[in-house]
Amino acid sequence: MSQESVAAAKPADRSWLNPFNVVMGIIVLIGLLLTVRRFTFGLGSVTNLDDTNPWGIWVGFDLYCGVALAAGGYVTAAAVELFGLKKYHAAVRPAILTGFLGYSLVGFALLYDVGRPWRLPYPFFVSQGVTSVMFEVGACVLLYLTVLFLEFSPIALEWLGQKRLRNLLVKLTLTLTIMGVVLSTLHQSSLGAMMLIAPSKLHPLWYSPFMPIFFFISSIAAGLSMVVFEATLSHRYFGNKMDEEHTASRDVVAIGFGRAAAMVLAGYFAIKVFGVALGNHWDLLFTGWGAWFAVEMLGFVALPAFLFAVGVRDHNVKLIRGTALLSVLGIVLNRLNVTLIAFNWTLPFEERYIPNIQEIGVSVFVVACGIIVFRFIVTNMPVFYEHPDYKEAH
Amino acid sequence: MPEGIHTLQEFMLRTKGVVYLLAIAYLIGFIMFWRFVNQGKKRY
Repeated sequence: MSQESVAAAKPADRSWLNPFNVVMGIIVLIGLLLTVRRFTFGLGSVTNLDDTNPWGIWVGFDLYCGVALAAGGYVTAAAVELFGLKKYHAAVRPAILTGFLGYSLVGFALLYDVGRPWRLPYPFFVSQGVTSVMFEVGACVLLYLTVLFLEFSPIALEWLGQKRLRNLLVKLTLTLTIMGVVLSTLHQSSLGAMMLIAPSKLHPLWYSPFMPIFFFISSIAAGLSMVVFEATLSHRYFGNKMDEEHTASRDVVAIGFGRAAAMVLAGYFAIKVFGVALGNHWDLLFTGWGAWFAVEMLGFVALPAFLFAVGVRDHNVKLIRGTALLSVLGIVLNRLNVTLIAFNWTLPFEERYIPNIQEIGVSVFVVACGIIVFRFIVTNMPVFYEHPDYKEAH
Repeated sequence: MPEGIHTLQEFMLRTKGVVYLLAIAYLIGFIMFWRFVNQGKKRY
């Protein structure tokens, strides 16, 4: 295609009627219809939830997977701001944005899942259930969402030209990073701790007194993998928005984070085996559930650890990027296993929870909202490039 | 209850013992894994 024809094609690409907008428009339209149905006819009209299965994919996927996959924010911020690994600086803003949107969507999805969402502030302001793990999770997520908002604010303030406020918030970066790491450590592990209350419901291969540690360690792997995976997609779809620093550090980030992910996954694999040993559940490995556990542990933990290691050793960035996707899928599988698949495992199949198509529709709608907002922000705000007024800031 | 285990003390002794052995094996394996990961070129 000649340069003239490329230039001529550009206005057509900027048309509102492109494949992305059409697909997202349809998803949003269906999502809004489901929203009206959910809030007029109640949970029962759009979900398969009942007293036996009060939690479904809105908790298993939207909340548990959402929180784990949003861990890239605290992992990257800690690496750069606390451990001084400035060579990964270009990855901080996209990671913070992904984390902020991830946690925002968790809160958004909770509005659908909680029977009376207008009572969400009650645990903090009306009836504090301070002895509940869920209170700690809710409090940490609320506080961390605030921290992420403040960490994200300089991006929006640079876009809005609010220099003084932006400079004030940038001075708080180190404090906010420390708070982010502390709060993330607390609630990532507490999501595992929440399952400690259900030893008779969760299959013994997944249940362990060490679940808080499993969840925290796996969230680090999820965060590292998610940063690499998100960078891969961003370079593909928003490559024209990136400055030289972003483009140049692409491989550096992939190899550095791939190396860290390999180590973390190796450690995670080991402590999961320790969990089986401490429960003396070796015999369960030779059952159908054991085979499924082996699929998760070998296919989505040990294999990514090995592939990350090979990719880092050979500087094979393509392999690292593919492995990041495998690792992300592994974390999703683990969270779904703990909250849904291996949960209530003793029940006969007809009493097990199978998500309603409308529940899946709402989850897709929530993810689509995240993609739309992400696209708007990276298209308009300095996420993948340094704002011209602050080029000397780093 | 697994064979040879009749009390909680025996259970803990068995399982903890196995975990200690696994932990030692892991530490040795992790050193090998570390060396495997870092034996490539030091470009990054």
